[in-house]
Amino acid sequence: MGIGFDQALGIHDDALRFRSQRAAVLANNLANMDTPNFKARDMDFQAAMAKANESSQTIRMTATHSGHNQANGLLEGESGELYRVPNQPSIDGNTVEEHVEHAKHMENALQFQATFTFLNGKFKGLTSAIRGD
Amino acid sequence: MALGSVFDIAGSAMTAQSVRLNTTASNLANAQTASSSIDDVYRGRHPVFGAMFKDATSFGLNKNDADSQAGVQVLGIVESDAPLQQRYEPHHPKADENGYVFYPNVNVVEEMTNMISASRSFQTNVEVMNSAKQMVQRVLTLGQ
Repeated sequence: MGIGFDQALGIHDDALRFRSQRAAVLANNLANMDTPNFKARDMDFQAAMAKANESSQTIRMTATHSGHNQANGLLEGESGELYRVPNQPSIDGNTVEEHVEHAKHMENALQFQATFTFLNGKFKGLTSAIRGD
Repeated sequence: MALGSVFDIAGSAMTAQSVRLNTTASNLANAQTASSSIDDVYRGRHPVFGAMFKDATSFGLNKNDADSQAGVQVLGIVESDAPLQQRYEPHHPKADENGYVFYPNVNVVEEMTNMISASRSFQTNVEVMNSAKQMVQRVLTLGQ
């Protein structure tokens, strides 16, 4: 018995992982801004979160030893990545639009900060519960 | 950790853009380098970019995986096959027996555009790296 991290932290740790993975995908788009035939990609937050919820409701393996951890490979590997549809397709087949990617990257950084603040609040709550003062 | 790979990705893009800037500098520096024979003339050089994947096996299997993408690479540097400039300058010390001198096929306007594009792309990747740095620094304060 006790408070498990996955119960205490809720969705925020998955969300933080998703945000950092999306940062890498968007950084990759910006890195390939001048690569011919490169197709810009992005990740869908809602789909990823739905997958996270789904896997938490499915049947779990029995933990018969304190060292057993539940394996949840969500957001890693089979993360649903999508291709971006460009507003103005370019002649070299590249679908990266700098301003769009830049805006998404900034948005993602802010959402990362928000998620981080929530997660930090959870940890602060746990700390004060342990301290009891 | 995905945030760590942002540094690799942005770093690879900065390397690629600096290669591009290097070739541009070389092209502009040699734009007026005359030669007396068609074989010795300097030809404009251009890098060819390609998307990079972390390893050969991940290319075919999980191309859509976030972790299999790893930035940009310079596949090679090709010499331009645009026509050379042949000018009639009989008093030029390098003129051939007919009085012709060959100039490189470097288009200065094109090179200036390349230069601006490369420096802008470089700048963008510096910003990406900076924001990743802030995110990592923020994570390090977790629980404080």
